[in-house]
Amino acid sequence: MNDHYRLVIIGAGPAGLAAATVAADHGVETALLDEQPAPGGQIFRAIESAPDKRARQLGPEYRRGEKLVSAFRHSSARYYPDTQVWSLSADREIGLNHRQQAQVISADQVLLANGAFERPVPFPGWTLPGVMNAGAGQILFKGSGIVPADGVVLAGSGPLLLLLAWQYLRAGVKVRAVLDTISRSNYLKALPWLPKALMVHHHITQGLRYQQTLRLAGVELHNGISDLQAHGSESLETISYRHKGSKHRLKTDSLLIHFGVIPNIHLSQAAGCNHYWHARQQCWRPELDLWGSSSIDGILVAGDGGGIGGARTAEHAGRIAAFQVLHNLGVISQRERDREAARDRKWMKADLRIRPFLEKLFSIPDSMLRIPHDNAIVCRCEEVTAGEIRSAIAEGHGDSNQVKFLTRCGMGPCQGRQCAQAVAQIVADKTSLPMKKSTQFRVRPPLKPLTLGQLASLYPDEPE
Amino acid sequence: MFKRLDESPRQTVTVIINGHHVVVPEGESVAAAVLAENIGFTRTTPVNNQPRAPFCMMGVCFDCLMVIDGVPNQQACMVQVRDGMRIERQHGSGV
Repeated sequence: MNDHYRLVIIGAGPAGLAAATVAADHGVETALLDEQPAPGGQIFRAIESAPDKRARQLGPEYRRGEKLVSAFRHSSARYYPDTQVWSLSADREIGLNHRQQAQVISADQVLLANGAFERPVPFPGWTLPGVMNAGAGQILFKGSGIVPADGVVLAGSGPLLLLLAWQYLRAGVKVRAVLDTISRSNYLKALPWLPKALMVHHHITQGLRYQQTLRLAGVELHNGISDLQAHGSESLETISYRHKGSKHRLKTDSLLIHFGVIPNIHLSQAAGCNHYWHARQQCWRPELDLWGSSSIDGILVAGDGGGIGGARTAEHAGRIAAFQVLHNLGVISQRERDREAARDRKWMKADLRIRPFLEKLFSIPDSMLRIPHDNAIVCRCEEVTAGEIRSAIAEGHGDSNQVKFLTRCGMGPCQGRQCAQAVAQIVADKTSLPMKKSTQFRVRPPLKPLTLGQLASLYPDEPE
Repeated sequence: MFKRLDESPRQTVTVIINGHHVVVPEGESVAAAVLAENIGFTRTTPVNNQPRAPFCMMGVCFDCLMVIDGVPNQQACMVQVRDGMRIERQHGSGV
């Protein structure tokens, strides 16, 4: 790997692949860094290696990734898989581990395309073996052809629950139940956005088709569930939840949960980019202009890392950001940038029409986000419960970072990725402050574990 | 519990999971390999000694930490299986 590139892109999902292809095709020296061993991101994971039968079971949207990856492979962009980025500074210095070897490189332009991860929503028992993210279940399916044994329960909120249940059915897995938290009030709040969403009605008809297929296969589908809990001693044995006023219990050894996805903002936070709370998406997002430029010169963000829009939008956003990069580097004029990006802009706008409807429909209830059960573990690493966090706040620590110092919440190996938002929401609830006024954990490098040996290897020939 | 779909055979490697030799497809993650073996928990926590297993499968939650070839605190979901690899449960902080 060189010490310097004109453009470094981080993340090989739809946004990163599309951007790298455009930039390289315009003759810009481009390096694409990615943590995974193969391109595609989480959405198109293992797209080059999944056997045909598995790819068919996953459905036509998955196979769209083949074209994207193939165009990237044919471009002149340099590709560095198995690469973890552990720091990014405002002057575009990037600390990374490539195949266990540490290195610091720099770039004229940096495009963050590192996507999203599943929103962590603490509830009692969610740390038990046997409870896993639904997206994680899908990664096992895509990457390894591993699926739950019969009787799996899917719970939470969002389109992924239905999609995954449908994919499992196609692979012959018996799904016991799909339990969604969406309530009558969600439908009412989503209703005003329905006409706009119907302009891209294929998303909605597809969802209805999934539901019908699942019902016909005997899968229990329940909306409006609450008070989800997982029980067991060494691993999951039963789950319980409330539905229509009464308490239910189901025996299962496998629960896959999903509460939507949130942008992975660790790198843009580390660089010092401005962020804001997006109420409808219930998450923090970096401040971006129409081209994906952040508040820091030469650092851009495209795809779900900049706000949740899904795979198709990410692809368009990746190309749009790439045209801005080309303009920043003096390769194309402003007029050429505008002309080149026009088509992607049009398609992206159309694709995004469904989003406000989905966001309102699948919005996570406050009872789960702001007031988790006292004995729910919020920080999975340091094992700090919601009750302990509330005690800290009651003692006068009315800020996420104060809670962190007092309880160690957010100081474990995941560095607060899994609890930052939950802590901020509990703080906001207890102090009656709006989320837009809440503070985020301060993020410091290394963002990924780095051994002393790797750190020392950065300076191999340093004289005594 | 997890199972493998019946797919046409690919290249395989042999790994040693908690002392047992297991044949797994080449190229998959250690976390996938141990989940398919249904070994239950993959680590215990350092604070309260509680059982845990892989949770996010994409490198963000750090719940899948295991001892791989004698080195503790390895993210099992981010490491690919290699022939002869020794994979063990991690107890507490692993050190």
